[in-house]
Amino acid sequence: MEIKDLYNQIIVENSRAQWNRHPVEDKTISLEGVNPSCGDDIVLELRVKDGIIEDAGFVGDGCAISQASASIMVDLVKGKSVEEAKKLMKLFFRMIKGEITDEEQIKELEDAAALQGVSHMPARVKCAVLAWHTLEEALEEN
Amino acid sequence: MIQNKIIQDFPALLMQENGKRLVYLDNAATTQHPRQVLDATISYYEKDNANPHRGVYELGARATKAHENARKSVAEFLHTEPEEIIFTQNTTESLNLVAYSYGLEFIKEGDEIALSVAEHHSNLVPWQRVAKAKGAVLKFLYPDESGHLTDEEIEKKIGSKTRLVAIAEVSNVLGLRAPVEKIVSQARKAGAVVVLDCAQSVPHMPVDVKKLDVDFAAFSSHKLYGPMGVGVLYGKKELLEKMPPFLSGGDMIQSVHEQSVTYGEIPRKFEAGTRNVGGEVGLEAAIQYINSIGYDEIMAHERDLMEYAIGKLKEIPYVTIYGEASAQYRHGVISFNINDVHPHDTASILDAEGVAVRAGHHCAQPLMDYLKITACCRASFAIYNTREDVDMLISGIRNVRRYMGLGN
Repeated sequence: MEIKDLYNQIIVENSRAQWNRHPVEDKTISLEGVNPSCGDDIVLELRVKDGIIEDAGFVGDGCAISQASASIMVDLVKGKSVEEAKKLMKLFFRMIKGEITDEEQIKELEDAAALQGVSHMPARVKCAVLAWHTLEEALEEN
Repeated sequence: MIQNKIIQDFPALLMQENGKRLVYLDNAATTQHPRQVLDATISYYEKDNANPHRGVYELGARATKAHENARKSVAEFLHTEPEEIIFTQNTTESLNLVAYSYGLEFIKEGDEIALSVAEHHSNLVPWQRVAKAKGAVLKFLYPDESGHLTDEEIEKKIGSKTRLVAIAEVSNVLGLRAPVEKIVSQARKAGAVVVLDCAQSVPHMPVDVKKLDVDFAAFSSHKLYGPMGVGVLYGKKELLEKMPPFLSGGDMIQSVHEQSVTYGEIPRKFEAGTRNVGGEVGLEAAIQYINSIGYDEIMAHERDLMEYAIGKLKEIPYVTIYGEASAQYRHGVISFNINDVHPHDTASILDAEGVAVRAGHHCAQPLMDYLKITACCRASFAIYNTREDVDMLISGIRNVRRYMGLGN
């Protein structure tokens, strides 16, 4: 894989995107996710009511991959049911592990599909999955 | 150029990574190994391997000899006596040995332990644990804006309550040498012992523990072209003799009864269990390799690389170098960031160009906090690096902002 495929336009733009970087009003869940080895650090906030993720946002800092992944994830799960979010989350983990390559399936992940290149970069997997693992934990606690 | 010959000694440097020549600039993390080191370790396992100090047979005697000869070579390397050299697994274990055996025994409530905020976690966390266990106080020395510890700071922080000073001779992030002579003289006035972490200094400069008059010194084989899994601790004989053992068990005893034990003499008192003799033999070969080149040559070459690299980096306006950007004070390490780009992204892009650098907090989180950054990139050099390697680093750095959509 070429490095420009990893740092594609969707990743680069989302890494600096501001629209999901905010605390969530009346949040029901707030959870921090940290990669201790590199210092990537996000706090994910959700407002979950009646099984629906009504609002989501995050604050934090870290590398472009971790930050883009968090922002794209928030875009993807906001407004969805917890069940649907869990399904997408599992699909994302499988894509990063390189277990699925079927384009139709990956399309369900919308912009998160742009992170597929990470599956070829073992050193950056932990950056890409930070927000998603935080979401996984947050939804388990819910 | 001598490096062309040296590179041929290092099989790992002749590899291709992603179809490109590997430009290895993570030497402060671990170095690659010359054929001479690999051969020495293989030869030990082929011809001399048994458990030292145990077998009465000829092969056992050869293993013991290999173990003790390696100790002699390390002692000569540090300008001291073999009985003052203890083999451990790595610098971390060496420092923990001092913390547990000396610290827990001789540090008392209210005593002060002085250390630099730039210490590697391995020379910090053990002291935190000692301080907590004994009710002692950690006092941090802070570098000035250029990354140096000033005389004033040393005199302010090392005083009558200081019982121990833990300091890295060369910082693994800033690459600057600590004023060890001044620190030792201040510690002597205070009546404190000095623990010197030499992990980042021995690859780049000769270390004479007697001349420096430090009480303990530690380094790792694997940062010095030797195998992983071997560390060294130097300790003054009179201190080692009064310290209790660290790990206990086989080979560190004189005699054992159901309810009592007499410990062996130093250094064996501190070497419980079977040692990594194959690795020690490799370290001995690494020391011979360094001696065959000579520190004068190593220092001249690395100074040239530093000057060249710093000069090139300074030409790039969006690069920030941490610590004084002068080759005169730098030993093997340049830590930097590219404005608006996270160091992990920089390192990934450099990796794609075949350049291996480290990105992260470098096991020095308190220093990161002090520098007000979360992480940085570190390019670190060794005897086999060349100006061409620096050119590859620089051309990689010049591409980073473009990949990140930040123009040039």
